[in-house]
Amino acid sequence: MAKFGEKLFNWFDERYKIRGFIEFMSHKSVPQHRHSIWYYFGGVSLFLFIIQVITGILLLLYYRVGEDSSYESVQFIVSKVKFGWLIRSIYSWSANLMILAVFIHMFSVYFTKAYRKPRELTWVTGFLLLTLSLTFGFSGYLLPWNELAFFATKVGTEIIGSIPVIGKELLIIVRGGEDVTGATLSRFFGLHVAILPGIFTVILFIHLLFVQIQGMSEPPEWEKLPPEKRKYIPFFPNFLLRDLLLWLIILNILAILAVFFPWDLGKKADPFAPAPAGIKPEWYFLFMYQTLKLLPPKVLFIEGEFFGVLVFTIAGILWLLVPFWDVKTEKGYRNRLINYIGLFVLIYMITMTILGYVLS
Amino acid sequence: MENQKSSRRNFLGYILGFGFLGWFISVLYPIVRYIIPPKMPEAKVKSIKVGKVDDFKPGTGTIFKFGNKPGILLRLESGEFRAFSAVCTHLDCTVQYRGDMKAIWCACHNGVYDLNGRNISGPPPRPLEAFRVIVRGDEIYISKEG
Repeated sequence: MAKFGEKLFNWFDERYKIRGFIEFMSHKSVPQHRHSIWYYFGGVSLFLFIIQVITGILLLLYYRVGEDSSYESVQFIVSKVKFGWLIRSIYSWSANLMILAVFIHMFSVYFTKAYRKPRELTWVTGFLLLTLSLTFGFSGYLLPWNELAFFATKVGTEIIGSIPVIGKELLIIVRGGEDVTGATLSRFFGLHVAILPGIFTVILFIHLLFVQIQGMSEPPEWEKLPPEKRKYIPFFPNFLLRDLLLWLIILNILAILAVFFPWDLGKKADPFAPAPAGIKPEWYFLFMYQTLKLLPPKVLFIEGEFFGVLVFTIAGILWLLVPFWDVKTEKGYRNRLINYIGLFVLIYMITMTILGYVLS
Repeated sequence: MENQKSSRRNFLGYILGFGFLGWFISVLYPIVRYIIPPKMPEAKVKSIKVGKVDDFKPGTGTIFKFGNKPGILLRLESGEFRAFSAVCTHLDCTVQYRGDMKAIWCACHNGVYDLNGRNISGPPPRPLEAFRVIVRGDEIYISKEG
């Protein structure tokens, strides 16, 4: 048997030179220090994404997009299809946990300043993956065609309309018409199951490739430590086994959440019913929603919504470009400003999210 | 001689570059036009019948279909009818009548309009568009003003 394995390996090596790659991977190591725990959240995000792909494809077997079929087919999945409720619940829970894991991953990379040279592009691709994940969330939210989703999509897309000059045209492109209708549903479906997965997979591949080529970032303090004081563990098998154990734990948490807190389907969307009381977007948009709610109708001659969107866009771009304007960390200095900005952003997001839940 | 050769090369470079640009636009243009949805011809609704006077109790608000947009018909405690577009002027949500507030309310961002459709609190920037209510016999008709 071992002989056969060796033969197979040689067969491939002769053609594709995989020995060097295996050699490289076997020397991969992961730094061991008091912030090592944060290394796991990238893997957790990846695992939850894999679950999204699997359960998402399973849902596609029964889901039928359309004003008269979307809601009904999801209802069919959760009530008639064997384990349909489980698949849908796991899908919804893992989607939400994935966004949470991605946020934790991002903030931990930010605060440990792992984005500094030479990992600027890993940060940039990671940020793109975050925005794609949010777009996934926004487009997927509409697909069950229920009341909450309908109005959330109306509001969310109407904000696009507040952009001067091109807003109106852009709104029609996004909605597939003037209003949120079956045309919007078709567009969001195409975006959610074809366009986004394609782009996401390519960027995810690049992101992971960068991580593999450069290895895990070491804390900035390590640069002053003598080499013998730096501790590492091998990636194969030590780190991978820990990763897998954590994935197993998360799968269990998912199962518990899906069984005891199944995801609600709500009422079917009715374009001629008033917006229901207590309507809110998904929790990860709540901080933006709450901000827009607190803004006056006009800020300095511009519409409140557009002002809010403008501020968030500029903040997002600055956040994306952190590795390029934080010149201190790269040179080995402590950059406290980065910590203060990060803390402010984190506290702002958490406070606004809580306010969004409490004030209604 | 040398100079002439390089200018000929430049010339060919430009031709190729513009050719490529033209090709790119001719590919992109149909795609962009395809993405923009075609305008649907829609019958302009001027006036509709919403029901009988007795269908609406005093102190209530009812959503009705006006073309492809929702409208709201109020019957005040005094028995008077008023109608507005039910599309919130803030972000397009559908408003509702709140008996406890004696006002028109939007659940999305807590916008409030008085019973004349004027925006009185919350984020709405403009009043609701008003419709004309015509009571003919015991039937109620609603039409767009102007």
